[in-house]
Amino acid sequence: MLRIRNIESGYGSIKVLRKVSLHVSPGEIVAIIGANGAGKTTLLRSISGLLKPWSGQIWFRGQDITRTPAERIVKLGCVLVPEGRQVFSTMTVRENLLLGATVRLKRGDHGEIERDMNWIYSLFPQLADRQNQIAGTLSGGEQQMLAIGRALMARPELLLLDEPSMGLAPNIVREIFNYIVRLRKELGLTVLLVEQNARSALRISDRAYVLETGRIILEGPSEDLLQDREVQRAYLGRDLDRELE
Amino acid sequence: MNIELFFQYIAGGITYGFIYAIVAIGFNIIYNTTGIINFAQGEFVMLGSMTAITLNAFLPLPVAIVLSVLITMLVGAVIEILFFRWLESPTVLRMIIITIGLSIIIREIALAIWGVNVRALPYFTGNEVSSVSFWGVHISPQVLWVIGVCSMMVLALQLFFKYSRFGRQMRACADNREAARLCGINTKNMVTLSFVLSAGMGATAGCVVSPITYSQYNMGVPLAIKGFTVAILGGLGNSLAAVAGGLILGILESLSVWIMPSAYKDAIAISILLLILFFRPRGLFGRKEDLREF
Repeated sequence: MLRIRNIESGYGSIKVLRKVSLHVSPGEIVAIIGANGAGKTTLLRSISGLLKPWSGQIWFRGQDITRTPAERIVKLGCVLVPEGRQVFSTMTVRENLLLGATVRLKRGDHGEIERDMNWIYSLFPQLADRQNQIAGTLSGGEQQMLAIGRALMARPELLLLDEPSMGLAPNIVREIFNYIVRLRKELGLTVLLVEQNARSALRISDRAYVLETGRIILEGPSEDLLQDREVQRAYLGRDLDRELE
Repeated sequence: MNIELFFQYIAGGITYGFIYAIVAIGFNIIYNTTGIINFAQGEFVMLGSMTAITLNAFLPLPVAIVLSVLITMLVGAVIEILFFRWLESPTVLRMIIITIGLSIIIREIALAIWGVNVRALPYFTGNEVSSVSFWGVHISPQVLWVIGVCSMMVLALQLFFKYSRFGRQMRACADNREAARLCGINTKNMVTLSFVLSAGMGATAGCVVSPITYSQYNMGVPLAIKGFTVAILGGLGNSLAAVAGGLILGILESLSVWIMPSAYKDAIAISILLLILFFRPRGLFGRKEDLREF
């Protein structure tokens, strides 16, 4: 579904990604774990077209999207839920969801858009109760649900999730991760998930890549990585330490 | 000073206030989608009214006005496409300087086409001396045209932003540009649309006000300054606040002739602008977090 080869990217003259290659097959949940500043967000921004890669290639469903503008990539069915949610904070929940369906407006399936919206309300009942509430006044967890709901309104085939657990309480994080698993089960959605919360990400994903200072240093089935000494020491142990403090 | 005269001044102030408000809303629309102040905004007003005057020489007035508004909108689109669209992540300062350059170029072109002559559109109904009376206050029917047309524009704009697809997309673009792109919205088209909209509004205002204030190639400059003052006074980006700000400035200006020579009238806008920038840069009705960094 998604194939990346030797991507290099960065900001200004600072190179963040160094020859990153990875692939995601249909129906998979793939996690990218790594510390702060490893280049996880830069990678997702490059895939979604917000950042133009310096070199390398990205294919989505066989099509080269390396230099495709972000709004076209959404139309192709690859949608990013950005870091920090980025809901339209001055607009209502309903307006946010409607805007998510922008790429489908020209096709004119207004009835279907309405149906999808109701489906999202049934998936996230908290949002249904707050349809006309301004998105900026929602809690962090609700905003994350709205951001995911907005992305789903475009009917993506591949969902890119950037740190969905960021700033959320542990029980909310669990809830959000359960939703991700459920979306794959119900929609057959393919997910590429970037997470600092390595343990949770490895638990729900099939495969994972470990990103360190802009390089992929390890990859494999998530269960194996959970058992991996190196990963435990660098990414799982630290979580535990933090909890003990 | 009698009460009739007082209301006479108020009516005059409201008329100008609405024109300032429309110019200010033009600033706001472009500010919201791009984060810049378009200093060529006043030139849209001038272009609209001068074009209408020229067309009115051989076309009926309503046709001339509609055509000139459409032409000005086209000019707005062309300006955006030629000077802004292709810029790769430009800085705000760079774009603002481009708008200043554009305003000078447009003014010079207008001077070359129309010369320095002062012209005017005919009164829409009646003529210079006809008036409508309300409780002893005599006002020109053109004043009613200005107030009516401008308030209709404000209302239509509110409805457009609230209920139409493109209005919603423009708001999304103003709220969070990157998230708008991630929804598949072509933000560049939204910027073009914002130039078209504010050019159209400016041109319409230029036409309705022309019989009262007259039109000249350089009429845009003071309007831009006052519109900018009003936009800042109300709080950048907020259309209804711009209307309130416009009325405040219009009425203050018109009442000022009681206590100051009327030559100082224009100083009021500048003084308000400076005071607001010093002491309350978010404007009277703006919230602190709405103010973007320059």
